[in-house]
Amino acid sequence: MWRIIHQFGSPPWVYRFCDRVIPWLLPLTMLALVVGSVWGLLYAPTDYKQGDSYRIIYIHVPTAVVSLAGYYVMAFAGLVSLVWRIKLADTAMRAAAPIGAAFTAVALITGAIWGKPTWGAWWVWDARVTSMLILFFLYVGVIALFQAYENKAVAARACAILSLVGTVNIPIIYKSVDWWYSLHQPASIKFTGESAIDASMLYPLLGMIVTFYALFALLMMLNLRQMLTEEHARSSWLVKRLAH
Amino acid sequence: MHPKRKQRLMVALSVVVLSSATIGLIAYALSGNINLFYSPSEVASGEAPTDRKLRVGGMVVEGSVERASDRLETRFEVTDFVNSVTVTYDGILPDLFAEGEGVVATGVLGADGVVTASEVLAKHDENYMPPEVAEALEKANAGGASQ
Repeated sequence: MWRIIHQFGSPPWVYRFCDRVIPWLLPLTMLALVVGSVWGLLYAPTDYKQGDSYRIIYIHVPTAVVSLAGYYVMAFAGLVSLVWRIKLADTAMRAAAPIGAAFTAVALITGAIWGKPTWGAWWVWDARVTSMLILFFLYVGVIALFQAYENKAVAARACAILSLVGTVNIPIIYKSVDWWYSLHQPASIKFTGESAIDASMLYPLLGMIVTFYALFALLMMLNLRQMLTEEHARSSWLVKRLAH
Repeated sequence: MHPKRKQRLMVALSVVVLSSATIGLIAYALSGNINLFYSPSEVASGEAPTDRKLRVGGMVVEGSVERASDRLETRFEVTDFVNSVTVTYDGILPDLFAEGEGVVATGVLGADGVVTASEVLAKHDENYMPPEVAEALEKANAGGASQ
């Protein structure tokens, strides 16, 4: 058990792991994206009230869900880096930040595009939309904070603390629509009881959510491998590996 | 676990717990400001401000929408099923505006208790279904009511 966990702290092992997983995860994710998009955008039925404009949920909801989960990935890596001082963990934390920022941005932009025809406004300062914007700033803040320090070990520690403090925002985003009066509707997918979205629309949505999780994992591995290549450019294990 | 690491873990976790508590308390204290709109009951009890712009949210009462014949002006009632507030609006309503649907109106609450809105937004609910399912549900409901 401990040996398996220890392996994740070893750059050569993680590099090899990424090298092995990416070749099959990449085509699989792309295929799932195509299948999911066609299913959601063409085959799922139209909505009784919104017509076709509701179809943006097949991008909006998965990116929003994964941007929250991705934050926990980043914060957990930050915690490991802070407590165990494993260098790979802060590399992982920094690898997650730009991906999370991109997912959050897509969720915000698709939300605005949907908001205009549905609500009548591109942007509303309600609890859900505002807390999502804060999430975006937290991701961008981690990226910017790391650049601000000359000493990278100190920078990583500061980023880890920022990402840990930011975790409080995640339950706030999740529960914002229940705790306060907001314009954003409450969740349609319910873990207990019947979902408020019809099964014919729900299945492609669940498919897209799983696909976006896979996309996050894929981008994370690509980014991590790239960063490891830069960090260990002179390490003998990497030189040997790339020579093959 | 190494005592030094244990200490660092405790420090890190207490940072999370304390910052969560701080932000949680701030959010709780400000919850009146975080709410996007006032409910008609809050307007009725005088909690809503009359000296500045406010938002009122709720359901549009069935059968309450009156449209002027020569202007865009619309008059309707918004309810939270306890109290209701009359809203007038001179502008183009969003596509999803309808009786029995949620709205959030931004405007000024007059002394007569009528909100003169400068913006009306439609609040969409969490229900998503194909038109056939909605029709079937409506039929089932109508059937149930007539029995």
